[in-house]
Amino acid sequence: MAETVLTNSGQSPARLEGWRGIAADWASDQRAFKNVSWGKAMMWIFLLSDTFIFSCFLLSYMTARMSTTVPWPNTSEVFALTIGDTHIPMILIAIMTFILISSSGTMAMAVNFGYRRDRVRTAALMLVTAAFGATFVGMQAFEWTKLITEGVRPWGNPWGAPQFGASFFMITGFHGTHVTIGVIFLIAIARKVLRGDFDVARRGFFTSRKGYYEIVEIMGLYWHFVDLVWVFIFALFYLW
Amino acid sequence: MVDIPYEGIANIPPAEAPDVELYHPRSWWTRYVFSQDAKVIAIQYALTASAIGLVALVLSWLMRLQLGFPGTFSFIDPNQYLQLITMHGMIMVIYLLTALFLGGFGNYLIPLMVGARDMVFPYVNMLSYWVYLLAVLVLASTFFVPGGPTGAGWTLYPPQAILSGTPGQEWGIILMMSSLILFIIGFTMGGLNYVVTVLQARARGMTLMRLPLTVWGIFTATVMALLAFPALFVASVMLLLDRLLGTSFFMPSLVEMGTLSKYGGGSPLLFQHLFWFFGHPEVYIVALPAFGIVSDLISTHARKNIFGYRMMVWAIVAIGALSFLVWAHHMYVSGMFPQFGYFFATTTLIIAIPTAIKVYNWVLTLWRGDIHLRVPMLFALGFIITFVNGGLTGLFLGNVVVDVPLSDTMFVVAHFHMVMGVAPIMVVLGAIYHWYPKVTGRMLNDVLGKFHFWVTFLGAYLIFFPMHYLGLLGVPRRYFELGEAAFIPPSAHSLNAFISVVALTVGFSQMVFLFNLAWSLFKGEASGGNPWRATTLEWQTPETPPGHGNWGKELPVVYRWAYDYSVPGAEEDFIPQNQPPRATQAVQGAVS
Repeated sequence: MAETVLTNSGQSPARLEGWRGIAADWASDQRAFKNVSWGKAMMWIFLLSDTFIFSCFLLSYMTARMSTTVPWPNTSEVFALTIGDTHIPMILIAIMTFILISSSGTMAMAVNFGYRRDRVRTAALMLVTAAFGATFVGMQAFEWTKLITEGVRPWGNPWGAPQFGASFFMITGFHGTHVTIGVIFLIAIARKVLRGDFDVARRGFFTSRKGYYEIVEIMGLYWHFVDLVWVFIFALFYLW
Repeated sequence: MVDIPYEGIANIPPAEAPDVELYHPRSWWTRYVFSQDAKVIAIQYALTASAIGLVALVLSWLMRLQLGFPGTFSFIDPNQYLQLITMHGMIMVIYLLTALFLGGFGNYLIPLMVGARDMVFPYVNMLSYWVYLLAVLVLASTFFVPGGPTGAGWTLYPPQAILSGTPGQEWGIILMMSSLILFIIGFTMGGLNYVVTVLQARARGMTLMRLPLTVWGIFTATVMALLAFPALFVASVMLLLDRLLGTSFFMPSLVEMGTLSKYGGGSPLLFQHLFWFFGHPEVYIVALPAFGIVSDLISTHARKNIFGYRMMVWAIVAIGALSFLVWAHHMYVSGMFPQFGYFFATTTLIIAIPTAIKVYNWVLTLWRGDIHLRVPMLFALGFIITFVNGGLTGLFLGNVVVDVPLSDTMFVVAHFHMVMGVAPIMVVLGAIYHWYPKVTGRMLNDVLGKFHFWVTFLGAYLIFFPMHYLGLLGVPRRYFELGEAAFIPPSAHSLNAFISVVALTVGFSQMVFLFNLAWSLFKGEASGGNPWRATTLEWQTPETPPGHGNWGKELPVVYRWAYDYSVPGAEEDFIPQNQPPRATQAVQGAVS
């Protein structure tokens, strides 16, 4: 935004003030979002669309929870673990949340090193992020296994409203799928970074387009989004 | 003489982005089948959508045979009738109109009209088509599975959609949901392309307020689709889980075939809210591209700038935004909290304001224009009249007290067929007559085109005007046959027979159009690059049909808006968007 766009007459165009200025900038030619690449713009718009998907899932779950006449299972009991001799409510979910949020930190560092063209550190941090993500999915698998052995099914559970199991498997499953896809892409992009594809502008196998280090940042947008969604799931499904 | 906005000496800033790297196909397969060129993808989308649309047209003939002559055709039983209405509705709304307007016209026109070489992500664009094709094939496969396609009605309301007793409960509903999920995934890949191309890949000088209204319409509709389809996606996933895994998101406890079903505690209303949060914007996802295209057709063929361009743009955006706030006007009789009706009736009626602005502006564009009644213009005029008619009955149905007695009658069927069936189809046909020369380099036959228009236009009115009357009599929709209800006079039955005869005639007359398309491809008159003498960029390509990369060596530079028709003092009665100011200034100087 800081760049001054010069016209071919050599003078900067007259600038409008306030809202009119914002509208004029936005509506000016070639690009609505200056200095935003196509890939980044597409990721933002995709995430907006995906936000609507998760919002619909969560709103549907909340509707089901509010309208059911059968009591909702006590989540802090359902998701409690006994470690040693101590019974700790929500401990697994707390660890999962900690891991996922930590992975956002390593992702942000990877983006930083990516822009410094530090191939090894970028790739290493992306792989650490992927490992955190895989750990998260693994703990989710553990959680699913535990609940299934305790008798939770999509159509019912021992403690109350059958919509509990249905919403749980659907929402965490959909989110877990997002994390898994993220892990796969993190590994794929880390491989490209390490190989130096973005330094020599090597063309992609499918798209035959050159890749840039910005892809690390675009990947980061997706990863932070998946992380943010988890915060809402954590608050609305587990803590409510 | 009124001064026409001219922008004669606008500054053209330097290029902000380097020219794109295009994928260059090396074989016949990557050029015409697995093509990454938006123009080829557009034609693939259009042909696939038209093919499945023709299936839906044939389904409507079968329905009309049954309605017009009940008891005559033994090969249609009540279950099949329900399957016919379901598949007809779903195909027409989603797989034909949405895919054709956004995937077909969007792919072809957006890069050409904004002055880009291609969509921004050609590979993803190609995937979009193939996933769409898969969705269509999954949908079509339901005709051949045990139990046939679902007969739940295109709204697929649970609980009945997944209970035994509804035809297609075995496989049809599962495949329908899967097909919808695939469609949404495929559409999202294409839709992201359309949006980013319009926002970030325009030619130098192509400001947002110089975009042709066609692009504005398709762009806004795509943004809406990206925000509305998620609701359908979620509803489809949840209904699929209800059917397959026995969850009870939408299913209350109920007795099915004499035994208590396994379901309990779900909310059927939740499905309706999700469905219509998608379903109402969907109406405008189909309508806004039509609005945009028709604005360009009218301006071009009336040789006049569009009246109130800025207001036209804002009206498109306002309709798009408002359409997310009106969904529950489809649910006045659903049993939702009744006072919601006041809110949704109010927002519904507010949409009439931007819509009316658009209609006024179309009419004012025509006023004192140099109107050429060519086939695309005829269809555009037909659209305005049909849309006004359909819109007025929308005001009836938007009001709770009028809607309650009219809901689930033929009046509703007549209303939405006028407003989102016939009206957008008029635009589709007009747009095909308009852009066919650009796509193929040949004109469509004019005599056949005029015949096609008059039969379609008059026929649509003969079909759907009487249907309003049937609805006012209380004839219900979705009924296999009317039986001997006392409130339905015998005349209603003969009116139904009349509608059926007209519908079959109009349906068959579309074959003239198909013949015209095929015949003109080889025998049509050569059109040249700009047969309509239009201003927008797609008519200024160096080759017709446009070649790979659209623009040859140099990308176009835009100096003016899209509507410089009949500019006083200009040499011709149109000035292309990429014509530099100096070329016209000289002429202007000579005149003044």
